[in-house]
Amino acid sequence: MEKFTRLEGLVAPLDRANVDTDAIIPKQFLKSIKRSGFGVNLFDAWRFLDHGEPGMELASRQPNPDFVLNQPRYKGASILLARKNFGCGSSREHAPWALGDYGFKAMIAPSYGEIFYNNSLKNGLLPIVLTEVEVDSLFHDVEAFPGFRLVIDLEQQTVSTMDGSKVFRFQIDPSRKHSLVHGLDEIGTTLQHADEIRAFEDKHKSRQPWLFS
Amino acid sequence: MPQTLYDKLWDSHVVRTEPDGTALIYIDRHLVHEVTSPQAFEGLKLAHRKPWRMDSVVATADHNTPTTDWDKGIEDPISRLQVETLDANISEFGAKAYFPFLDRRQGIVHVIGPEQGATLPGMTVVCGDSHTSTHGAFACLAHGIGTSEVEHVLATQCLVQKKMKNMLVEVDGSLGRGVTAKDIALALIGQIGTAGGTGYAIEFGGSAVRGLSMEGRMTLCNMAIEAGARAGMVAVDDATINYLKGRTFAPEGAMWDQAVRYWRTLRSDDNAAFDLVVRLSGSEIKPQVTWGTSPEMVIPVDGRVPDPEKERDEVRREGMERALVYMGLEPNMAASDITIDKVFIGSCTNSRIEDLRAAAEVVKGKHVAPTVRLAMVVPGSGLVKEQAEKEGLDRIFSEAGFEWRQPGCSMCLAMNNDRLEPGERCASTSNRNFEGRQGAGGRTHLVSPAMAAGAAIAGHFVDVRSAR
Repeated sequence: MEKFTRLEGLVAPLDRANVDTDAIIPKQFLKSIKRSGFGVNLFDAWRFLDHGEPGMELASRQPNPDFVLNQPRYKGASILLARKNFGCGSSREHAPWALGDYGFKAMIAPSYGEIFYNNSLKNGLLPIVLTEVEVDSLFHDVEAFPGFRLVIDLEQQTVSTMDGSKVFRFQIDPSRKHSLVHGLDEIGTTLQHADEIRAFEDKHKSRQPWLFS
Repeated sequence: MPQTLYDKLWDSHVVRTEPDGTALIYIDRHLVHEVTSPQAFEGLKLAHRKPWRMDSVVATADHNTPTTDWDKGIEDPISRLQVETLDANISEFGAKAYFPFLDRRQGIVHVIGPEQGATLPGMTVVCGDSHTSTHGAFACLAHGIGTSEVEHVLATQCLVQKKMKNMLVEVDGSLGRGVTAKDIALALIGQIGTAGGTGYAIEFGGSAVRGLSMEGRMTLCNMAIEAGARAGMVAVDDATINYLKGRTFAPEGAMWDQAVRYWRTLRSDDNAAFDLVVRLSGSEIKPQVTWGTSPEMVIPVDGRVPDPEKERDEVRREGMERALVYMGLEPNMAASDITIDKVFIGSCTNSRIEDLRAAAEVVKGKHVAPTVRLAMVVPGSGLVKEQAEKEGLDRIFSEAGFEWRQPGCSMCLAMNNDRLEPGERCASTSNRNFEGRQGAGGRTHLVSPAMAAGAAIAGHFVDVRSAR
């Protein structure tokens, strides 16, 4: 996994609550057996006026001019500002794959769907939780100031405006932060404890032998 | 100290805990399907890693499989490749059991796990599918995971987790005639919202829950994720034990007796502390219908579509307005005035034998309304289908004008050819009414099987309590 330490980036707002993973990446694109290439279909049903199917060329699609990510001012955004319960619904990891592939590296919202939150962290996509009031103030700023950028400092656990006029602190589990900052391979880390897993397994087997028969 | 059921399940699976509370949890059962596993097997191969314990894996192909013309195979080449990739991965790595496309025991992963006795009380159960919460009906710690976690479980038999908080949803009193587990789930989500359970493991208790069959408990736990909770669960009782006895992968003889003694301990202790308790009165719950594009947008069948003008919260109001436009509905219209184009009875929420019996009871001797273009029943598994046919339910449905299909996920998420066309309105027994979920532009109303059946006959929603 790529390391995440500090990010300065353009912010794009998605002003709706309960954005589900079906909206982030619709089902017809889940048939792929690869991990890459989902960015062109991020928010497909909202981003395009025509119906998308796998394999369609981006150049042949009809962008929806009313969808926020199609507005020129948000081109190249790497931080997605969202509302409560972002990424609820299905466990499809294709959702963070699509967001990352499109160019997002971090998200800011008051809350997330839990499975999506985990999936994002496994892919180096940082889901930041701020309070509703803080998120509201950022929605106001991003609307008011074209080119609005934020600085995310994972080590300090802060989100700040470029001029430093606003600095918000956020929480993240120390072990998750450690994995992100060092870009750790989680499976490799877990396998360092293989002896403990084996010892647990033996004990578990003696208590509930039917689980192993 | 008294423990909750979740505390017990958690404690009995912790391999190690980090100072910040992050733990390694041992996984007993790993359910695998074709959509969320190919990248995990690929990752394993690229890193030259071996799976830890493939005899924990039970696999099936369900999301992409067609529900008609099985003799023609899978026509869509991309879907076919995904299913064949699962075939290849299971033949390379093995599994405790595999129910591939065309097998008579194939079906929706969350239907076949319990049906085969591959889901047992006290287990940790994971699957790359959010509706894994279903298995909590058997007092399991069961939840959905992403593909990276699928790979992690394959490689290490463990999951990196932090303990959730405990929520008790207590439903007391008796349910009215025609009111089902689905209505409890939707009424709960209407009350606490789709993020109400975020960060919690939900235990469902109370006399109304204890009165549910295992099928009903599975429906309830299945929808825990729509309330935001990754895991839902119900304590072990006689219904649990009776359901499991004699199932293919359930223990036998002396080991069965030993297992049952342990399983009987899988309930929250008296006076166990919950971080949050939500109470519902079973007798007050009415049949539910969703009107919007989130499961929390739900009303009782005798209710009216809400008016955004009365909503003071701006984000919520805009969400309601957007949902009304998408759904093509007007504020204040009666639920019973909503007419439908299609009916889908199926999904991991409501495709078990009891669901099909409930729907058949409503449609028996009647006929689907002429305004309904398609009404379909998709049994949850090949074995559910066989049982239903043995009981003559297929004939009841066919004579009433329903299509009787092959098992699979089907129009719950429309990855195969079963889908809504733009603007079509569906009474669906599935779990998500998100925009485009059942097909781009499709409009989904979530209901119980009896309510879907009643809507099919009338052409609009009807109160099944008075329709009988």
